Amino acid sequence: MARITLDGIAHAYGRPKTEQDYALKKLDHVWEQGMAYALLGPSGCGKTTLLNIISGLVTPSEGRLLFDERDVTRLPTEQRNIAQVFQFPVIYDTMTVAENLAFPLRNRRVPQPQIDARVAEIAAMLDLTSDLNRRARNLTADAKQKISLGRGLVRSDVSAVLFDEPLTVIDPALKWELRSKLKAVHRALDLLMIYVTHDQIEALTFADRVVVMNDGRAVQIGSPADLFERPEHTFVGYFIGSPGMNFLPAAIEGTTALVDGHRIPLGAAYPTLPGGKIQLGIRPDFALLRRGGGGVPVQVRRIDDLGRRRLAHVTLGSCPLIATVPPDMTLDGSEAAVDLSPAHLHVYVDDHRVEGLAP
Amino acid sequence: MNDKPIYQRAWFFVLPVLVFVLFSSLIPMMTVVNYSVQDSMGQNNFFWNGAGWFQGLFDPTTDIGGRFAGALVRNLFFSLVVLLIEIPLGIAVALCIPRHGWQVGAVLVAIALPMLIPWNVVGTIWQIFARQDIGLLGAALNGLGIPYNDTQDPLSAWSTIVVMDVWHWTSMVALLCYAGLKAIPDAFYQAARIDGARRWAIFAKIEFPKLRKVLVIAVLLRFMESFMIYTEPMVVTGGGPGEATSFLSLDLVKIALGQVDLGNAAAMSLVYNLITLTLCWIFFTFTTHADQKGDA
Repeated sequence: MARITLDGIAHAYGRPKTEQDYALKKLDHVWEQGMAYALLGPSGCGKTTLLNIISGLVTPSEGRLLFDERDVTRLPTEQRNIAQVFQFPVIYDTMTVAENLAFPLRNRRVPQPQIDARVAEIAAMLDLTSDLNRRARNLTADAKQKISLGRGLVRSDVSAVLFDEPLTVIDPALKWELRSKLKAVHRALDLLMIYVTHDQIEALTFADRVVVMNDGRAVQIGSPADLFERPEHTFVGYFIGSPGMNFLPAAIEGTTALVDGHRIPLGAAYPTLPGGKIQLGIRPDFALLRRGGGGVPVQVRRIDDLGRRRLAHVTLGSCPLIATVPPDMTLDGSEAAVDLSPAHLHVYVDDHRVEGLAP
Repeated sequence: MNDKPIYQRAWFFVLPVLVFVLFSSLIPMMTVVNYSVQDSMGQNNFFWNGAGWFQGLFDPTTDIGGRFAGALVRNLFFSLVVLLIEIPLGIAVALCIPRHGWQVGAVLVAIALPMLIPWNVVGTIWQIFARQDIGLLGAALNGLGIPYNDTQDPLSAWSTIVVMDVWHWTSMVALLCYAGLKAIPDAFYQAARIDGARRWAIFAKIEFPKLRKVLVIAVLLRFMESFMIYTEPMVVTGGGPGEATSFLSLDLVKIALGQVDLGNAAAMSLVYNLITLTLCWIFFTFTTHADQKGDA
C-alpha cells in the first residue's frame, strides 16, 4: 500500500544521443494509493517500459522512483514489494493451482495458515476454487491467465499490482468477464493498480485515471470523461473514440472559427493565440447532420450504418468530417448541413489544446 | 469413394532404397544370424549348431558366458557412472553459460571443441596424458605422491576412462541443456523475480521442468554411446589391466577378429544389440509415459 512517485523518470535503451532515442521521455507523475490507472497507447509507445521501471525489471536511465518517501530507483524487483502480471501467462506447471497461487507468499516466508486463507480468498474471487488441487498444466489460456492474475493479487501488502496487457490472449467473450472481475477485485482489495493496454475500451472501463501515451511521452492523464470531452492533444482525440475526433484546419477570430470560408461559432473566446498550426477539433458525436436551414453547409459523401448509430462522411468546404446522423433522419441528395455543438469545439495550436476564455 | 489412381509401377522408385538397405544392413545382419546358429571347421563348411552358442553365452560358468557377464556388468556400471557425472555436470555448465553478448559464441565454441576431436585422437591424447613418464597427468599425480598407474592399477584405469569420457561428452549434455534453457521465455524469469523466487526455486520450478524433454534425449544419447564405447578404452588401456576395462565391444572384437570365434561372436553381437534396443525402449517409454501421467 503506497503512493508511487515518478520524479523525472526517463529511459533509453543504449546510449541516447537525441531526445528521439528515449523509449520513455521525461515524466513526472504521482500514482495514488487505491486508484486504478490505465496506461493506454499504441504498440511501442513506452507503456511496458514504464511498467517495468516501476516493477524494477528495468532501471531507468534518469530520474527517481519513490514508493511513499522511499527511493527505490536502484532496488531490485525482489525488494520492491510489487506484483506484476504479464501478457502471456506464466505458470509453474509442476505445481498445483493452489501451490502456484501460494508461491509468492511461500517465497516470502508467510506463515502457512495465512497462506491458506489468502489463497482460498483469491481463488474464490477468480472462480478457481474447484481447480485448486489440480496440476497447473494443460489448462486453457484463460485459466492459466487467471492463475497468473491470482499470483499477482495474492500478496495483500504489495505497493501496487501492475498488469501488462493481461487479457491479450483471452477470448473476447471471457475478456469482459475477467475485466469486470478485476474491477471487482480492485474495489475489494483497495490496491493501486496500473493496467497497460492498447485497447481503449479496456482502459476506459477499467481505470479511474487513464494515462495516454504516444512516442514515449504521456500526452494526457485524466479520467475517461476528460479524455473524451477535452482531449488535451490531437493524438488523444484521434486515439480515443471510434471513430476519432475530427480536426479541421481553421483560422480563429475571437469567438468564431473560419474553416474554408465558413464561419463556425465557438463556445469560448480566443483573443490571442500563439503562432502555429491551428486546428478546430470536434468529436463525431457532437457534430449532428441536419437537412439544412441553419448549421454549416456540407456535402454528404457516404453514410455508414453501424447498426447502433449512423455516421456520415461529409466534406465541409474541402475538409473531410465525420458527423452523426440523428435517428429517423432521411436524406435526399448530397446537400446537408451540420450542427457543431459550440461547447464541444476545441481549438488546437500545434496539436495542443488551447483553453478559451468565457465569452 | 477413393478415386486415387493406383499406379503400381511407382514401386520401382523405391527399389534403389530397398537394394541399398539390403546390401548395407539386411544381408550383413542375416550373415551374423547365420553364424550364430552354425559352426564351422573352416573351408567354408558349416553345420547346424542350434541355440548352442546362445546357451554358452548365457551360462556364466562357461568361459564365454563368464566373459560376457563380466563385460556386461562393467559396461552397465560404466554407463551408470558416466550418466551420473555428465548429466548433472552438463546442466550445471549450461546454467553458467552466458545468455547474451559476445561471450556466448566464445564459450560455446570452447565447450564444443572436445566433441570435434575424433575418438581415436581423444584416446591417444589421454593415453599420453596419463603416462607416468612423460604424461602431464600421470607424472603430476605421481609427483604429488598419489599412486597412479593406468596400465597396472584397475582403479587408475577406470578413473582415466571415466574422466576422459566426461571430458569428451559433457559438452554435448551442456549444449543440449543450454538450448533448452534458451527456449524459456524471459517472462518466466521476470515472473519469478516478481514472485520473489530464490535461485534454487527458479531452477527447481522453472528451469528443470522445462529441461526434462531435452534431458531425456541427452540421457538416451549418452547411454547409447557409453554402452557402445570402443575406440577410447581400446587406445588408452586396451581393455586392461587384465580384464578391468574390457567392455562388451572390446571383448566382442577380440572374440570375432582376434580369436575368429565366429559363432560366439555372432551370438554375442546379437544379444548386445538386443540389450541396447531393449534398454533404450524401456527408458524412452518410461520417461514419455511418466510425462503423460504428469499431465493427468
